[in-house]
Amino acid sequence: MEGFETFDAAGTEGVTDVRTQEMFINMGPQHPSTHGVLRVLLKADGEVIAAARPYVGYIHRCAEKIGEVLPLEQFTPYTDRYDYLSAMNNNLGYCLAVEKLCGIEVPERAQYIRVIVAELNRIASHLVAFGTYGLDLGAFTPFCYAFRDREWILSLFERLCGARLTYNYVCIGGVRHDLPEGFAEGTRNFCDHMEKTWKEYDTLLTRNPIFLQRTAGIGVVSPGEARAWGFTGPCLRGSGVAYDLRRARPYLVYDKLDFEIPTGKGEAGVQGDCWDRYYVRMLEILESIKIVRQCLDVLPGGEVRAKVSKALKAPEKEVYLGVENPRGELGHYIVGDGKKAAYRMRVRGPSFANLTILGKLLEGAMIADAVAIIGSLDIVLGEVDR
Amino acid sequence: MAMEFPVIAKLLEGRFPQAVKGAVTDKGDPWIEVSPGGIVEVLAFLKEEGGLEFDLLLMVTGVDRPDGEGGGEIEVVYHLASTTQGGELVLKVRLPREKPLCPTVTGVHPGALWHERETYDMLGVEFTGHPDLRRILCPEDWVGHPLRKDYEYPEEYGGISAK
Amino acid sequence: MTALLGNAGGLFAPWAGGSWIGWIFFALVAGGIAFSIIGGLAYILVWAERRGAGRIQHRRGPNRVGPWGLLQSLADTLKLLSKEDLIPKAADSILFVLAPAVVMASALGCFTALPFSRDGVAADMPLGVYLIMAMLAFSVIGVVMAGWASNNKWSVLGAMREAAQMIAYEIPLGLLVLSAVVWYGSLNLGVMAEKQAGGWLNVGHWFVFRNPVFAIPGFIVFFVSILAMTKRLPFDLPEGESELVAGFMTEYSGMRWSFFFMEEYGAMFITSAVAVLIFLGGWNLPFVPGEWLTGSFLGQLVAAGVMFGKSLALVLVMIWIRWTWPRLRVDQVTALCYKYLTPLAFVCLLGTCLWKYAFGM
Repeated sequence: MEGFETFDAAGTEGVTDVRTQEMFINMGPQHPSTHGVLRVLLKADGEVIAAARPYVGYIHRCAEKIGEVLPLEQFTPYTDRYDYLSAMNNNLGYCLAVEKLCGIEVPERAQYIRVIVAELNRIASHLVAFGTYGLDLGAFTPFCYAFRDREWILSLFERLCGARLTYNYVCIGGVRHDLPEGFAEGTRNFCDHMEKTWKEYDTLLTRNPIFLQRTAGIGVVSPGEARAWGFTGPCLRGSGVAYDLRRARPYLVYDKLDFEIPTGKGEAGVQGDCWDRYYVRMLEILESIKIVRQCLDVLPGGEVRAKVSKALKAPEKEVYLGVENPRGELGHYIVGDGKKAAYRMRVRGPSFANLTILGKLLEGAMIADAVAIIGSLDIVLGEVDR
Repeated sequence: MAMEFPVIAKLLEGRFPQAVKGAVTDKGDPWIEVSPGGIVEVLAFLKEEGGLEFDLLLMVTGVDRPDGEGGGEIEVVYHLASTTQGGELVLKVRLPREKPLCPTVTGVHPGALWHERETYDMLGVEFTGHPDLRRILCPEDWVGHPLRKDYEYPEEYGGISAK
Repeated sequence: MTALLGNAGGLFAPWAGGSWIGWIFFALVAGGIAFSIIGGLAYILVWAERRGAGRIQHRRGPNRVGPWGLLQSLADTLKLLSKEDLIPKAADSILFVLAPAVVMASALGCFTALPFSRDGVAADMPLGVYLIMAMLAFSVIGVVMAGWASNNKWSVLGAMREAAQMIAYEIPLGLLVLSAVVWYGSLNLGVMAEKQAGGWLNVGHWFVFRNPVFAIPGFIVFFVSILAMTKRLPFDLPEGESELVAGFMTEYSGMRWSFFFMEEYGAMFITSAVAVLIFLGGWNLPFVPGEWLTGSFLGQLVAAGVMFGKSLALVLVMIWIRWTWPRLRVDQVTALCYKYLTPLAFVCLLGTCLWKYAFGM
């Protein structure tokens, strides 16, 4: 099979009495549990995976090449579409990078609004992660509950900017327009509701013995491995490393806000297993609710958008800025050369880095575990491929 | 607390006089230029050394500069971060555009596996010693390196015309 | 069944057990009746599952087609009947076509020995429960055939998982049936139900109440085993929707697929009925004298209704469990069955023997 020369098997040395045949199974681009168009070629001996090789690129839409052609302010809608589940955070990451490059200051009200929408989007994204993880493992009901609550957030966003999934709301200089009437109250109601239903989700899935059997001790990534393989976000924190960009390199007004950084402690099994990563996301929902409430309480008045020149040119400099996306560190590396479009627009998708370890992590796991592991890494292929 | 950039630059220049070519601080984020031969040991040093501990390789990327001297250059850019000290650092390696060869850093940071594949795919940089250097985002039989400035779009692929 | 029909007027008496033409005719009629029972059951149970699932998931379930969505299953059946009959080119067509038939045959065959009342049984044979266990085990062959014949690696995985699961759950299931046989002294399910009549309020002689120390855990182990047998969550890995697309059923579409589905609901009902007959008093209702339920025609009709009701209640519990819990991995299923259920089943068997020896029934 071409392309497989370096794909060596593991696992059947030493077994001399039983001759089994390994089969190549395609966990194909179309699969209910790969969270997008991910292809993983598995070499399986029955249920046990001897080797795995992921293939990505099925949803590569050339965002970086487009970034070299379009003027800076026209590129924002493309940022929505890498990780479509956390579009506000993507917009934010890009706009902060451009503002750092061009030296634009954002008014304070806009900064607070940006934090509110980013955290609401974080809750929505983690709800999807929670729901689809249950779905992958066979529990259909948490999926329906999570999406019911996510609907609330999406209708808040629809009220805010007219779109449910890809917003293009955070723009260079601030946000596009101010919060509509009733938004703050709607958000507060949502926060109260979410805190109550969080307890329901916790009861439904977190301590369920079957869920624990499927996720505790599976897919263990030690803290050292997590750092070596480039993990960021809940995956890194699930392995016990307390590194969150909102604390390590604060942006916007995060240094004025009070919130915790949950990390995995191996409560259910081993530190850095699937359960830890899942539970870190659950706890982050609660922390985001705290942040949203604090921002709503202290929301200052004023402008929501700085004056940005219509002919914005990227100066001859280069910057890198990372923000804490629900999936990890989204980084934008923008190199300018004095023109309206960037000279080089490189996007660091956190799911791309988190997925690198998959080939190694799946070795020795069972096929059912493969589903649990991929679900716990919480990848979105739009971000892997851009 | 994180070390300041000038301190790190001086430390590296003192420790690796051949490998480290210099630091640039006037073009936005400051960076340290390293020679291709020395990048692996510099990264290993930065990872292990107490007070620096740059254990997270955020990404490996490339920038095509066809207008440099000698037929142009491709810059391979390494972004590092430290989970313990909270610092950030950028390293650059400049390679000749005709034959961009760079040693792989997967020995020090296994997470560079896919980043280097993407840089190869998009810009044609060959990482010597990489365990699995194949295209990652483009199909395996794609011709050309898309993010190069002189890239020509194909006229047809797999029987489908692109015109 | 013949006795019941004979009681109802002797209409069919000359046909049954006479000439071979009569035998064939009778077999066709009986087969038709059994098929319509399964069809009707599948109809109602699919509706109950979809409405129940909707309710549990905070939504309504089908409510457009017919009042309360009752005609939804009809619409689905019509749609499935009108689908193109697809057989993959590289599939083993003989096995591919035979598999749903085998699986359906096993479900239908169980109805021969399943009593709904004392005389409401197709063939009142002394080996009743043994036949049912054998027919249910037979369905696994159909599943493995389907998985293999589909020429699809995911289907093969589903089939292998079913084979592994079957070996795991059959042991505790068989042991518990054995303990029931020891308790009642008969393999005939009708006799088992009859023996549970009488006692306090016509409830006291039920197996679970007569011998609660061993019968209640026994019932729970039995229920878990039949969840595994019918491939319901948390044991639905042969079908594993989110892993294997549809497991062994992936390549099936249209009416062939609906055979698998009907068999699943049929088996759910049959195994629940067996559980009811063995553990939960069969057709005995509290406050109603057992002799009336096994004597008069009206009593037997009520008995049949009670049987249906109790079995449906257990099926509803199965539906409830399906939409609440995640699924187990195949090695966890085998570990559960071998390490926990089988020892428990042994304890139940031993305990039942000792109890019967010490206290009688």
